[in-house]
Amino acid sequence: MSPQLLRTSKFFTFITATLLSIGLLCSSPQALAKDKFRVAWSIYVGWMPWDYGDTSGIVSKWADKYDIEIEVVQINDYIESINQYTAGAFDGCVMTNMDALTIPAAGGVDSTALIVGDFSNGNDGIVLKGKKQLADIKGQQVNLVELSVSHYLLARALDSIGAAEKDLTVVNTSDADMVAAWAADDVTSVVTWNPLLSEILSTPDSHKVFDSSQIPGEIIDMMVVNTETLQANPALGKALTGAWYEIMAVMSGDDDAAVAARTHMATASGTDLAGYDAQLATTRMFFKAADAVAFVRSDDLPKTMENVAGFSFDHGLLGEGAPDAGFIGIGFPGGMSIGDSGNVKLRFDDTYMSMAADGKL
Amino acid sequence: MRAALGILPFALMVVLYLAASGARLAQNPDDKLLPSFGSFGEAVERMATEPSRRSGDYLLWTDTGASLRRLALGVGISALTGLVFGVLLGSIPYLRANLSPFVATVSMIPPMALLPILFIVFGLGEVSKVVLIIIGITPFIIRDLQQRVMELPGEQLTKAQTLGASSWQIILRVVLPQVLPRLIDAVRLTLGAAWLFLIAAEAIAATDGLGYRIFLVRRYLAMDVILPYVAWITLLAFLSDWLLRVASRRLFPWFGTHASDPR
Repeated sequence: MSPQLLRTSKFFTFITATLLSIGLLCSSPQALAKDKFRVAWSIYVGWMPWDYGDTSGIVSKWADKYDIEIEVVQINDYIESINQYTAGAFDGCVMTNMDALTIPAAGGVDSTALIVGDFSNGNDGIVLKGKKQLADIKGQQVNLVELSVSHYLLARALDSIGAAEKDLTVVNTSDADMVAAWAADDVTSVVTWNPLLSEILSTPDSHKVFDSSQIPGEIIDMMVVNTETLQANPALGKALTGAWYEIMAVMSGDDDAAVAARTHMATASGTDLAGYDAQLATTRMFFKAADAVAFVRSDDLPKTMENVAGFSFDHGLLGEGAPDAGFIGIGFPGGMSIGDSGNVKLRFDDTYMSMAADGKL
Repeated sequence: MRAALGILPFALMVVLYLAASGARLAQNPDDKLLPSFGSFGEAVERMATEPSRRSGDYLLWTDTGASLRRLALGVGISALTGLVFGVLLGSIPYLRANLSPFVATVSMIPPMALLPILFIVFGLGEVSKVVLIIIGITPFIIRDLQQRVMELPGEQLTKAQTLGASSWQIILRVVLPQVLPRLIDAVRLTLGAAWLFLIAAEAIAATDGLGYRIFLVRRYLAMDVILPYVAWITLLAFLSDWLLRVASRRLFPWFGTHASDPR
């Protein structure tokens, strides 16, 4: 498909979705107990396992075990998938911690981070053309997808050198055109993610001056499900979590099955095994459920989310009605929460991952 | 009566929206997908009358200014280029034989497919956005005007030639005055496409503009900003079309197609 077609079709999906929802989603019966579920995923190194789980039959095997049906749907536009989930078209969707806070949670859709899959450990980076120091970014025009994790990474990087966003100009640039934009002479700095990042770094005179491995554990990729749906249907949580850690077990090894699984994921994401493994290397996958549980229970996670909430508030992402960064409460295991405890809309829940770790699924 | 009939579909749309929005808001008061008219009002007030926390600008007006400037530049240059080439290709067969197939071919290229090339040649600033509009609509205007020139009655040209006019004089005194109202028609027809390319260009790389804002706030599903912006764009497009129509009627009262204008 030509870029134009792609773009127009995205735009039309957006419009159609909006129109359709007027007709269809007047009432979304989310709280009902049911046995058919839909989860959405989009292409990203840490989410490709869902595609493998779908085609290899692992997801449907686990769904059968708990007597439900799970439809795994690929959405080509990441933000669109989250918007669809927020609108009620899906019961679950993959997204980052920041987008989970600013889209569904800020939109009043109580959401639970069911599976914390990985965090970016170098997968997102800041690149300068011809300059080698992060401090050189001051005064430049910086191309990035505004209000995305790239923007957050830039804010954190500027923090680390005592600079602020007012010291530079942010230019909102579509991720689809980032690599082409880099080729233009007047584009001198970008913030982006893999595989675009490695593509840009492979051009001469480009220097990575900051990446997400310097803020480990802050850009988190997870499977988020609607809290009401999950509470009414624990089987959904069990089936998804069980399937996920079976996929993790298959792909993390060195044997033929692992290579075959990763090759499948590589092909599905438009690269080859070497390319996919390179992306995995800068992604800290939680192959074992116990690691993910430890991460969710650690004291660092509330601090990270406080950072994220602060950034989101500063950029108006919590809605204009939000009086402060703690307007939307965020819950953690053990009943702990930050922000407004009466308005908890995003919950980190280790219940199902713990079951997986203890082999109780 | 006629006006009432015209309003009916609009009223129906509003009622449908209110019902759907009310149902969603009853279930989730924070719903962002179909906000109430009250939140539209707040969003518009915020965007139009309060300086932005980040830049201190009045966002709606800076966005509108930036977009209209790009649109005016793009459409203006396209109209001028279209006029010059359309008239030349239409009146000089030798040129037409040379260039017409080329223009026809170029008009078939989807401009969005050329984006990476545009970036490299024109950079990522204002120029590439204007150029995208120009590439998108100029070939159409050229072809349309060429056709209109060729449709001029041959008797007029013969008569002018009999009276001793040169090619240059014919173009200037016979062709050009008759083509100008048709140029306005062509521009009116391409305005929709021009808006499309403008919004697309702003969605790709920008720091302000109506399309930029829509694609930016889409990241957190701020439909309370998006829907008023869409309505505003529609109004601006409608107004520019109306202005062109009025201008055409005032400037070229002799031009016959006004009677068949809709409305």
